[in-house]
Amino acid sequence: MERTTLDLWVGIFVVAGLGALVTLALKVGNLGTYNMSETYQVEAYFSNIGGLKAQASVKSSGVLVGRVSNITLDTERYEAKVTMSIDKRYQFPQDTFANILTSGLLGEQYIGLVPGGEEGFLKSGDVVKKTQSAVVLEDLIGKFLFNSAPEKK
Amino acid sequence: MMAALTKNFVGLGRRVMNSLWRIGIGARFLSLILLNSGISFSRFHLTVKELFFSGVMSLIIILVAGMFVGMVLGLQGYETLKRYGSESALGSLVALSLVRELGPVLAALLFASRAGSAMTAEIGLMKATEQISAMEMMAINPIARVVAPRFWAGVFAVPLLAAMFSVMGVFGGYLVGVVLIGVDEGSFWSQMQSNVDFQHDVLNGVFKSCVFGVVVTAIALFEGYDAPPTAEGVSGATTRTVVESSLAILILDFILTALMI
Repeated sequence: MERTTLDLWVGIFVVAGLGALVTLALKVGNLGTYNMSETYQVEAYFSNIGGLKAQASVKSSGVLVGRVSNITLDTERYEAKVTMSIDKRYQFPQDTFANILTSGLLGEQYIGLVPGGEEGFLKSGDVVKKTQSAVVLEDLIGKFLFNSAPEKK
Repeated sequence: MMAALTKNFVGLGRRVMNSLWRIGIGARFLSLILLNSGISFSRFHLTVKELFFSGVMSLIIILVAGMFVGMVLGLQGYETLKRYGSESALGSLVALSLVRELGPVLAALLFASRAGSAMTAEIGLMKATEQISAMEMMAINPIARVVAPRFWAGVFAVPLLAAMFSVMGVFGGYLVGVVLIGVDEGSFWSQMQSNVDFQHDVLNGVFKSCVFGVVVTAIALFEGYDAPPTAEGVSGATTRTVVESSLAILILDFILTALMI
């Protein structure tokens, strides 16, 4: 085969392969939604985060507004300290609620922000004071059993 | 009784020693390829030619296979997910299984049997017809001139083929899931995008296929170069290439997956 045709075919092959990689990254993967424009960091303390993981989504009214960037255990309070990166476009009042919710019955856990009514907005490094921990199934069952035990008598 | 037992152990020990010995020679062969690979970049058309024979010529089998694997995943996944009422997760099921496992592994297996066996047979026959010795007589290093370009071509080709395999598979899953069965198109793509992580899934898959590319090509070239220069020897080497590289891919896939999770 002539050298130019060979080179042409190999060129097409390499371009198609790289195109496939880009498709995987953007269309199949989440690289398109990965880097949010500019973010600010907000912290929140939870007594139990359940199955929340880093990179979990932060939503408000169901809209994706940020991601969980870091989860550590604060050894002074013995509570989970969750750092969230929130898109600069979205400002939240200082008395915003942060709840750990579950999408669907068995879905992933995410943080839902419910805005309060205060005038001032959360700034970078602020702490969300009102939080609600994840619902742990064992606790629920435990409470249910505890409550229903006396009724049987 | 005792003598028979000792004989068994001697046989086992000899086998283990032989296979260790071969792995050692293979590793030395690989380092020799790496040391002598300058020419495959300075005279890049040598590599391009091999890329044509191992990469471009494997395109059709990779694309068709990827398409059908994706279609089967779409069908089977739908049948299973339907029981739990979560058909909308079909997109992420198809994409995750392709990007993480099936794409790299099946593309490498197909490459091993389509291009790897051809490489072994070609080099084995070159050796049997004394073309390799002729090169040495002309003071041309056969490893730099014949083996290294094929090695780099394989290393380049396998990740690209794996990516194309995955994309075709996702397309096949889309065809069956959305076009044929009628899963909601929006949830198909959005579930896929929210569940497939670029770094954790896509990049790890690419890394896997790079490793497979190195291993498959190295095995194919080593078996060809090491083959006894007879018709029987070349045929045995071709068989060994397919068997060894398939096993190596599957075993390495387990190890890499265990390391990455």
